Amino acid sequence: MTLSLEHSVDTKKALPTKKKSKRSPKARQEERAFWIFILPWLIGLICFTGGPIVASLFLSFTDYNIVSSPVWVGLGNYINLFTDFLVMKSLAATAYYALLAVPFTIILGLLLAILLNQKVKGQAFFRTAFYAPSIIAGVSVAFLWSWLLNPDFGVVNSLLKQVFGIDGPNWFNSTHWVIPSMALMQLTAIGGTMVIFLASLQQLPKELYEAASLDGARGWAKFIHITVPLISPVILFNTIIAIISSFQVFTQAYVITQGGPDWHSYFYVYYLFDTAFSQYRMGYASALAWVLFIIIFALTMLSLWISRRLVYYEYDNK
Amino acid sequence: MTTQTKKNYVHGEYSLFRKIIVYVLLILGLAFFLLPVIWMLSTSLKTLPESQAFPPKWIPSFQWHNFVDVFKEVNFGRFTWNSIWYTIVTVVSTTFFSAFAAFGFARLRARGRTVLFGIVLSTMMLPPQVTMIPQYLIFNKLGLVDSYWPLIIPTIGGSAFTIFLLRQFYMGIPKELDEAVKIDGGGYFTIFFRILLPLSMPGLATAAIMEFMYRWNDLIGPLIYLSSPEKYPLALGLANFTAAFAQTPWNLLMAASIIAILPPLILFFFAQKYFIRGIVISGTKG
Repeated sequence: MTLSLEHSVDTKKALPTKKKSKRSPKARQEERAFWIFILPWLIGLICFTGGPIVASLFLSFTDYNIVSSPVWVGLGNYINLFTDFLVMKSLAATAYYALLAVPFTIILGLLLAILLNQKVKGQAFFRTAFYAPSIIAGVSVAFLWSWLLNPDFGVVNSLLKQVFGIDGPNWFNSTHWVIPSMALMQLTAIGGTMVIFLASLQQLPKELYEAASLDGARGWAKFIHITVPLISPVILFNTIIAIISSFQVFTQAYVITQGGPDWHSYFYVYYLFDTAFSQYRMGYASALAWVLFIIIFALTMLSLWISRRLVYYEYDNK
Repeated sequence: MTTQTKKNYVHGEYSLFRKIIVYVLLILGLAFFLLPVIWMLSTSLKTLPESQAFPPKWIPSFQWHNFVDVFKEVNFGRFTWNSIWYTIVTVVSTTFFSAFAAFGFARLRARGRTVLFGIVLSTMMLPPQVTMIPQYLIFNKLGLVDSYWPLIIPTIGGSAFTIFLLRQFYMGIPKELDEAVKIDGGGYFTIFFRILLPLSMPGLATAAIMEFMYRWNDLIGPLIYLSSPEKYPLALGLANFTAAFAQTPWNLLMAASIIAILPPLILFFFAQKYFIRGIVISGTKG
């Protein structure tokens, strides 16, 4: 605060009379203020993002166990990744999870948004009630599902037995069902996706639907030819976000299964976490982190590339 | 469910048939979303044998003392307090520093501003796992592991998403207000504290709520840095809850989970529109 940020009142000085200084004192003062305001962010960027990125890249080419100094191993870590059984296992688990969780979240999220967009009595109540479970997140939601899907005492298997007379699967305890169970947990988190779709549906121009109705378009045709193209940028956005977050899945596996049974829910970030913070193999863990970054980046680019032909951007309401 | 939802469009008008289908689907959906939560509440009020009964009982015997037992059996009061102060400190700090930077990016002209703002946006895309390890090594060198400092200090840089969100807000506030302050002899700090901060309260509330949800639920941050059980926040304490028991006490575990979700839930009911706004902004502008 002691720095002079007060606005210059001397207008004569502010006039660009001298040729050598192109910027007026007023502009320079504004520029100085800019740097002061962004300084905390800049410090954070250098110390906690930029610096660590460089350090992480360097470490990924070394062996480092915190106690002794890093030993340069060149591409050793990256080569070892390809023959590491747990890398393959954890990547397979993560990819399988993403393959189930992403379409589940997008399709169900969109269908629920359409349902909540219908003009009915109690619309606000239904919207709140459908969204509210998304508030439960993290460890609590993991325990909730672990209890709902408990093979012995869980309410889901009890209902399956009572109502349909079938023996439910072992869910989280089964190598076949553990990943589908984790994808099913997204049911509680779907509110966010649903709200984004709902907001985009509310912004659609009614005239287009009226015109289509006059031309004799039926409901399904309107959905496919008007709704889907118009909200396709939102579908793309939600898909990318869902892909990114599925590749970072960790909490539910840590809390419910500890990666089991038989490594079937040992997700990539879980392996990265163990490598870094249980085994203190910081070099190898850094290489794992960079591979994760490359995978996420590649999948994002792939989604954007695929969507080039599919996403419709002409209608812009901003 | 799929085909029926789509069929709604077949009847362009709001026919009775269509209305019935919509209501049936809404009530089915309601059951799907609310029954797990009701089941959670029901279990939390049962005795342990009661919670394992077959067929399951929906109406519990109302063991309200379960909620007290949670605090007696495990150091749950401590966890709750840790979570409360840690969340408040990080939310206030992140929001304030984000607002500070957002003001610079929205209001002050300077060379390199566009490039720097591009960096803000690009840091949003970086997976936190890349910076996690070097950050740990820094705080380990500084001897700050097993304290909250490694989780608090980085908030000085704000959050990229919040900077982005608040910048949008500030750009919508008329610049004439700044001029008025300048005429009265006020500087940029006056403009920021007296004009923009008060006028951007809805934006700050939205940003703070999103940060609150992240901090309250985050497991991996505290898991990496905190090793003494008395320092655990709720997320970590809850994750280790079962360690104190030979057999999983599902009734107590559900009671503990409910305690952990109570603050976010209360906040949601009081500030619902800010929750929704935050999600919508992140979805349509992000």
